[in-house]
Amino acid sequence: MSIKVRYFASLKETIGRSEDELSFIEVSSVADIWNRVNADKERPDNILAAVNMEYVDFDCLVNDNDEVAFFPPVTGG
Amino acid sequence: MQIKIVDDIFDPWQEIQQFQSSAKDMQGKYGATSIFVGTMRDFNEGDNVKGMTLEHYPGMTEKQLTAIVDEAMQKWSVIDALVVHRVGDIFPDEPIVLVAVWTSHRGDAFDSSRDIMEALKSKAPFWKKEILLTDAERWVGKNTDGYMS
Repeated sequence: MSIKVRYFASLKETIGRSEDELSFIEVSSVADIWNRVNADKERPDNILAAVNMEYVDFDCLVNDNDEVAFFPPVTGG
Repeated sequence: MQIKIVDDIFDPWQEIQQFQSSAKDMQGKYGATSIFVGTMRDFNEGDNVKGMTLEHYPGMTEKQLTAIVDEAMQKWSVIDALVVHRVGDIFPDEPIVLVAVWTSHRGDAFDSSRDIMEALKSKAPFWKKEILLTDAERWVGKNTDGYMS
């Protein structure tokens, strides 16, 4: 399974990169994806997640070629 | 419906005029137009602000805004709607966002424009980073409820 992970705004600065590419075979949730790419960082409480540009809960399972995104609360308008 | 993400200064009044004159289908049908324009202030949370950078998630922003406007159009009998949102570097007095709706009756116009704006504030993936007068930079942590106090 191949997954693209993207980060935005303050989270991108904290992590120090804008994206990761992942390849693995296990069934994984969005929370598992975070732990896989940021094992050394606790997930901030207020972080939101999206899969293929739709908001999801952290227990949502990902599929091959999904784009997973993590970002802080939105502040547009 | 039209959703526009723009990276340069825009004139909301010109956008409205252009949209309205080209939307021939709604001529004679609308009795109410409700307009919201959000503009950048030179202060926030007790500090003087001289500029701001607006980041967004290309693709998801358009997708979320389209869903927000679609939902409001169904709920409030909106004939047509226009949303313009700025990204990139922006300065005080420049417009950040325009929401304009055209409906048959005023209630639908007022309520749908409010609904779209509030949903945009909580769901559309934009993030503001402020540059203070002191040159310090900070991310806006969350949106407020939209009232002075």
